[in-house]
Amino acid sequence: MVDLLLSHPVVLAVLKGLVVILVIFPIAAACSMAERKVCAWIQRRPGPNRTIPPFLVGIPGFGVLQRLGLFQLAADGAKFLFKEEPLPDHVHRFYYTLAPVIAMVPAFTTVTVVPFGAYVDAAGGIVPLVLANVDVGILAVFAVASLGIYSLILAGWASNSKYPFLGGVRASAQLISYELSMTLSVLPVFLWVNAPGMPASLGFARVVEFQSHPGFWGGTWFLFTMPVSALIFAIALFAETNRQPFDMPESESDLVGGFHTEYGAFKWSLFFVAEYANMIVGSSVFALLFLGGWNPLPWVPLASFLGFLQHVTGSAIWFHPVAAGLISIGIFVGKILTTLFVFMWVRWTVPRFRYDQVMKLGWQKLLPLSILNLIAYTIGIYFLQS
Amino acid sequence: MAVIQVQRKPHTLMERTYLPQIMSALRTTLKYLLKPAETMEYPEQRPAIPPGYRGVPALVKDPNGREKCVSCQLCEFVCPPKAIRITPGSVAAGTGVDQVEKAPQAFDIDMLRCIYCGLCEEVCPEEAIFLQTQYSMTGFTRAEMVNHKDRLYEIGGVRPDSHFKWDVKKAAEQAAAGGHH
Repeated sequence: MVDLLLSHPVVLAVLKGLVVILVIFPIAAACSMAERKVCAWIQRRPGPNRTIPPFLVGIPGFGVLQRLGLFQLAADGAKFLFKEEPLPDHVHRFYYTLAPVIAMVPAFTTVTVVPFGAYVDAAGGIVPLVLANVDVGILAVFAVASLGIYSLILAGWASNSKYPFLGGVRASAQLISYELSMTLSVLPVFLWVNAPGMPASLGFARVVEFQSHPGFWGGTWFLFTMPVSALIFAIALFAETNRQPFDMPESESDLVGGFHTEYGAFKWSLFFVAEYANMIVGSSVFALLFLGGWNPLPWVPLASFLGFLQHVTGSAIWFHPVAAGLISIGIFVGKILTTLFVFMWVRWTVPRFRYDQVMKLGWQKLLPLSILNLIAYTIGIYFLQS
Repeated sequence: MAVIQVQRKPHTLMERTYLPQIMSALRTTLKYLLKPAETMEYPEQRPAIPPGYRGVPALVKDPNGREKCVSCQLCEFVCPPKAIRITPGSVAAGTGVDQVEKAPQAFDIDMLRCIYCGLCEEVCPEEAIFLQTQYSMTGFTRAEMVNHKDRLYEIGGVRPDSHFKWDVKKAAEQAAAGGHH
């Protein structure tokens, strides 16, 4: 009965949705604390390290969590849940409330098509672990992620005051500008992995599989074969996720708070969970396309790594789907966390661009560069594969 | 003066991409990230107080444990924000220190007014009031922020000096009295 219930597609879909929310929401929240800690360490401060529930004081082990600010994080979350929800008189109420919800939808939807690990099945093939194994992975991510911009525009417009409006306008212009170079920069990757005569695929699993072949060229991550693509994608990713140095839509110094000026409490925190969820998805896409996905090191595919573990320990347990799955998820999450750290590291290093510089960089530098890059790789791949 | 035209080197291609600069900036921030925190975690860690620090003003006693203030009220008059209020009194007879002319009956310093300028310390002819190293004065009410005489002596304590002005006066008085007998 339970099996039958669990195999029902609707139940499965609901479960998967819950998994996404239960995993991404805390990670995104933890990112906000990581951001504050990284900021503090770069500025040589200790960062939030005081909050602890009174009944945990003095218990060994909890002191470390206190120093890392984990209870501060919980306290902040509780505060956002329980504090008053301000609803200014001058806003368009329906759209004002709708905007943060819309922000969450693409952020959580894109997670489902991103594979986060793999295991080796009985036939020796690599099976990716993904909630929705669609064949149009990158297309789905781009299509859904670009919807996220509607939440910013809607928030800016529905707030019905000038700074949020300016923030919304900036957001729309910026996201459209960088979407182009972002899409063009990943095309060479998919041109390369779809050799003539193969069934075509825009899925991430194919890209990772392509980076897991044995041999020098087979195991090379696309970061090394397509550095320009990786660079353009990374820069566009910063712009798409509104991270510094591209945080034009909310730049505090000229727009108060940008599109979320009129927001407070839980609605405000939803924008930030969405921003961090976008960063997580962006980091995973970057890791899958350019950093070899769940392969531990360049030129060391997952299968050889598991073989190495088997050789060292003399047990075949590593090839068990659960063990292999956990190892690959660990490697992949490690890469995502590293990329997220780079996001924060750059944020506290590079100052914000001026708005005209953002536009100039997007349209006059990155777009021509990505087109040239695409043409060059198209010609190269044509000669390589013919 | 002639205008000097500075020849500026045109930026190289790498410089115009900003990437080397961003990389070196990232290296700098990473270096700082790995260094220990520069800040002090306040209530547990306290800064070292340098000599001459101007903290909370308080009354002190001499090495004999006698109050030094003779309620001359100079500090009250000099105090720019008028934080000091003194009610002069006389020294009770039979306490053994009745050679001292006066003593304060009440001595209040309103710490909400005090500006920690140190003029009271500077003006005091008896070296009876000193700015301490204590820098943190807190309270929940205005009344709590007024330091009365007992609290002032509690903060100030005994100051080890060797003037013994009033002992010298007492000895002289006794010698003079003895001379008359």
